[in-house]
Amino acid sequence: MRVGFFVTCLVDLMRPSVGFAALKLLEAGGADVYVPSGQTCCGQPAYNSGDRADTIALARKLVEEFEGCDYLVAPSGSCSGMIRTHYPELFADDPAMLARVQALCARTHELTDFLVNVLHVTRVPGQFRGRITYHDSCAGLREMGVKAQPRALLATMPGVELAEMAECEMCCGFGGTFSIKFGDISARLADNKCQHVQNAGVDAVVLGDLGCMLNIEGRLRRRGDAKTQVLHIAEVLAGEDKS
Amino acid sequence: MQVASMHFKERASERLNDEVLRANLGKIKGKFVANRKRSLSELDDFEATRDAGRAIRQRALDDLDVWLESFEASATARGAKVLFAQTPAEINKLVLDIAARHGVRKIIKSKSMVSEESALDHAIEGAGLTVVETDLGEYILQINDYEPPSHIIGPALHKTKEEVAELFHRKHGTPKKDVIEDLCLEARGVLREHYLTADMGISGGNFFVAETGSVVLVTNEGNATLTTTLPKVHVAISGIEKIVPTLEDVATLMRLLPRSATGQSISNYVDILTGPRGAGEFHGVDHMYFIVVDSGRSEVLGSEVREALRCIRCGACMNHCPVYQNIGGHSYGWVYPGPIGSILTPMYVGLENALDLPQASTMCNQCGVVCPVRIPLPDLQRKLREREFAEDLRPWYERAAVRLWAWAACRPALYALGTRIGVRVLRTLAGPDGMIHRLPLFGAGWTTGRDMPAPAGRTFRELYAKRGGTSR
Repeated sequence: MRVGFFVTCLVDLMRPSVGFAALKLLEAGGADVYVPSGQTCCGQPAYNSGDRADTIALARKLVEEFEGCDYLVAPSGSCSGMIRTHYPELFADDPAMLARVQALCARTHELTDFLVNVLHVTRVPGQFRGRITYHDSCAGLREMGVKAQPRALLATMPGVELAEMAECEMCCGFGGTFSIKFGDISARLADNKCQHVQNAGVDAVVLGDLGCMLNIEGRLRRRGDAKTQVLHIAEVLAGEDKS
Repeated sequence: MQVASMHFKERASERLNDEVLRANLGKIKGKFVANRKRSLSELDDFEATRDAGRAIRQRALDDLDVWLESFEASATARGAKVLFAQTPAEINKLVLDIAARHGVRKIIKSKSMVSEESALDHAIEGAGLTVVETDLGEYILQINDYEPPSHIIGPALHKTKEEVAELFHRKHGTPKKDVIEDLCLEARGVLREHYLTADMGISGGNFFVAETGSVVLVTNEGNATLTTTLPKVHVAISGIEKIVPTLEDVATLMRLLPRSATGQSISNYVDILTGPRGAGEFHGVDHMYFIVVDSGRSEVLGSEVREALRCIRCGACMNHCPVYQNIGGHSYGWVYPGPIGSILTPMYVGLENALDLPQASTMCNQCGVVCPVRIPLPDLQRKLREREFAEDLRPWYERAAVRLWAWAACRPALYALGTRIGVRVLRTLAGPDGMIHRLPLFGAGWTTGRDMPAPAGRTFRELYAKRGGTSR
């Protein structure tokens, strides 16, 4: 089973450790992982900025890089959601390309969904001791149906105690370029999220998307909380060190 | 209504720091959101009902001209007059013409958001007539010097009980009350008098029914019933898109509307009004008029955001919107706030007058999943972003940044080099805690309210290649 690993631009830039943790999980689950070296970004920043032409160029590039794989897996609900939910619409007027896109979409998964529903993983390599809460990222939840999968995987870890926070499905306020264009609204939404995290009294808030991760961690630290860890689900499941 | 949507950013920022507003908005979650969730569980299959609602609304829009003609014929056959307004100014002119024809001095109104589009109350007062809003929320706003509504179904929900008590005390000259029921009774006492002395009643219209020529009004206070039956003239004003083919369709939509709006199985009152009082009938007005408003709607119908016209004005999108919940409706600067307003406002007042609205969304799609008629709100917002981008309506530096980044991202070798340099530079900005406290240029938008966790300093692809990771 040849699994194309889409690193995503934010993991590539900001937290390579998340990428390596995901690789470890995929390999432990029996996948033959392949990382296309020319990959960059799925095009979502251009898409949500209204730059359709550039989005199509990036989408075409990604399809060409990954269509030879049995699956495409990304450690992000947002990026996998961009491909599966939005790529087809970009090629609505191009039947040949649309067919290729749809074929890839059918094989595109968010990491935890792939581990649970395709690899049927029941044991994970990571070690984590502590009380955590899970933040449901918007695209993962509402575009990719990621809700039970990360919780099922966390439940296989004996040291993990899951404590759900209030409003775990509420947006953290990241929203891509929204976080910069409307910085104060974005920070307020992040602050609300941080309050719920702190109310849950946890050692770590765990999530599946880098955007939310940077946003929540950035706001927690600004609030003066240097203690609560902000971890990608892959980091917890694989037990990789954060650095 | 005056358009202030171009000042969205400033208005939103001010309101973020308004603690009273924050407390008032906080009630939305406990009330509308929680009640909606509870009431949906009564439906055997909410998702199938949504599909049906969507289909009914879409069928009406797909052949809107036909349904409009059918509505006009049915309503006329029942003795009502059907008038069409192309512009907001025409709405006001038609209303004043009707008032003049029937010698009207005083007008009472139940809730109509379309009449907010044309600032009808001001036009009525400008013509020397009296107008009284009878929806409690609208009445509160009217006596507060025509404060704009902040929500489509709870126009005054941004106000506290204390603010209303103070307002009533000041405007009515009565002792200050502190119990909500007493405030309601006081308003009722004032309004009763107006119901009995008004010559004309103006209502909105939740639906216009093509089959029967009826207007359907969905309310909770009973004021619409009085407004549309006590005076001798009734004028129902609503948009062309509010047509539904049959009463059967209304029944289906009514399974969705109150539940999505307030979380009620059914609203306290549902009025279905068909024509003026006929021979031998006891209730009803002498003269009934419909003003069917275009005012930008046919342009929406022919545009890439036409699905927005399916809207049945329940308000669920704004109730569930994390942005609306934190800044309130006034920030949006016109009649319709929240996600649906971010689409309708630019379309009705001009995209160039509301540039921020399509951008003011995290695209979390909470609105899309609660919309009872499945309007893909974030997708439509994105369509308007595409229009802004194509028509050069975004700042040049924003466009340049996106284009430059995308250009590089299509060239892997260049992108790899650029990102290697970029992460190293960013790393140097980090403090000992691994956080960047201040980013330059546009990045300041981030670091004003948050730190930015610094990148690790090496890209994944760089490290992967070093580990001897295979590729291709």
